[in-house]
Amino acid sequence: METTVPVVEIRGLRKTFNQVEILKGIDLCIDKAENLVVLGKSGSGKSTLIKCMIGLSEPDGGSICIMGQNIAEASYDQLNQLRIKIGFLFQSGALYDSMSVKENLAFPLRHHKKHLGKDKINQLIREVLENVGLPDAGDKMPAELSGGMNKRIGLARTLILKPSIMLYDEPTTGLDTATAKEISQLILDMQRKYKISSLIITHDINCARMTADRIVMLNDGIIVAEGTYDELIKSKDEWVSSFFN
Amino acid sequence: MAIAEISLPAWVTFKKTLLHAGEFSLFFFRFLRESFKPPFEGREFLIQCYKAGNKSLPLVGVTSFIMGLVLTLQTRPSLATFGAVSLLPGMVSVSVIKEIGPVITAVICAGKISSRIGAELGSMKVTEQIDAMEVSAINPFHYLVVTRVWATTCMLPVLVVFADCIALFSSFLAYNIHGDISLTRFFSLALSRLDWIDIFPSVIKSILFGTAIGIIGCYKGFRVEGGTASVGTAANSAVVTASLAIFFIDLVTVQITDIF
Repeated sequence: METTVPVVEIRGLRKTFNQVEILKGIDLCIDKAENLVVLGKSGSGKSTLIKCMIGLSEPDGGSICIMGQNIAEASYDQLNQLRIKIGFLFQSGALYDSMSVKENLAFPLRHHKKHLGKDKINQLIREVLENVGLPDAGDKMPAELSGGMNKRIGLARTLILKPSIMLYDEPTTGLDTATAKEISQLILDMQRKYKISSLIITHDINCARMTADRIVMLNDGIIVAEGTYDELIKSKDEWVSSFFN
Repeated sequence: MAIAEISLPAWVTFKKTLLHAGEFSLFFFRFLRESFKPPFEGREFLIQCYKAGNKSLPLVGVTSFIMGLVLTLQTRPSLATFGAVSLLPGMVSVSVIKEIGPVITAVICAGKISSRIGAELGSMKVTEQIDAMEVSAINPFHYLVVTRVWATTCMLPVLVVFADCIALFSSFLAYNIHGDISLTRFFSLALSRLDWIDIFPSVIKSILFGTAIGIIGCYKGFRVEGGTASVGTAANSAVVTASLAIFFIDLVTVQITDIF
């Protein structure tokens, strides 16, 4: 029987802010090319979980192993080496507003792929802009973009380094239904095209339905349910069913 | 009871001040440590030099022009009473080059540059742009702080030299309202009162002012937490703190350079 090694393995993760325990011992795994959705209400600890995974927040207990590397034991340089392999899409897109879209996309390449020439960088930018469906947005400034376009460019900026893992922080929040659907479809397309393992933090049921291979439900810092969308929708648990109905 | 009521907030304020001083010291030592670590962000450094230097030229130019003009017009009647008008160019040059030029330029730059840096980095912090840099494995401190502080450190002495020249030129124009002196003669009289040892403290001061303006702007911007309201507070606080720091540095450097 074939066993797969998880790309991300979290054991007993704990985090406290101002004496309030946000995460109370989270255990979860993500397999290669799997889309895992973490579903939960606002304030349930979803964003804290994703920030601990990327090293923006330091856990108080437990371990996070990403591609075999324990985040807590990694030096700053080791953590940075790992971060190059992890893409992170912020809720706001977090584009650098003093740079054009093209400069935003070239920025990580200029730092991590110094051997690339100008032509190759331009080619990669064109490629990634076509992948997110905005081939003509290169010369625009972030202030000229709509919310949906902002997220697409944010996604393009993370994909340009060809990450093995993608972390999405509320990718459809603040978007209209049609644009949210487009972003969810884009997440799915990227996973299929590049075989990326993804963790999607959301409270949008439609996004979860479209993108999830597996769903983990978080409430008050603990995992209360786990399964596929079809399994969870049939759940008799009151809290879980309240989410799906 | 009354003493306790008064002393408790004072103690809290004192503790907060000490905490800020400690945090600022760590921030400054981190800047020194990271300054000599590769990669060197030459492109960003030049952009910041352009923003700090070139974009401040008009404001510094106008202010120093007025400064030289007013100083000359106000001093002339007093010197005329003693029949010492010929000493005016020398007096203006010593005042401008040794003290007024560096301090006024630095205060203007504290308002213009320190607030810009504080607001820029503060808004980058609240819109998660600094976090985005961090998760892209790009050291935001190295890219944003080191380049900005070195840019202000390098550009302030240049701005001070520019301000000194403009102030002396406007002083020449003001002198000629009531008198008649050639530009060459005016500058020869002005510079005859100066020695190299007079210029040295001014240069040292300008460099320190530049570092203070840059590091305080960056520190205030990096400490922003919460929403956009705190960005305005950070920009305002950067100006106030940088202006105070300029006068404090001025006081200390005068004491030190006087020894030599």
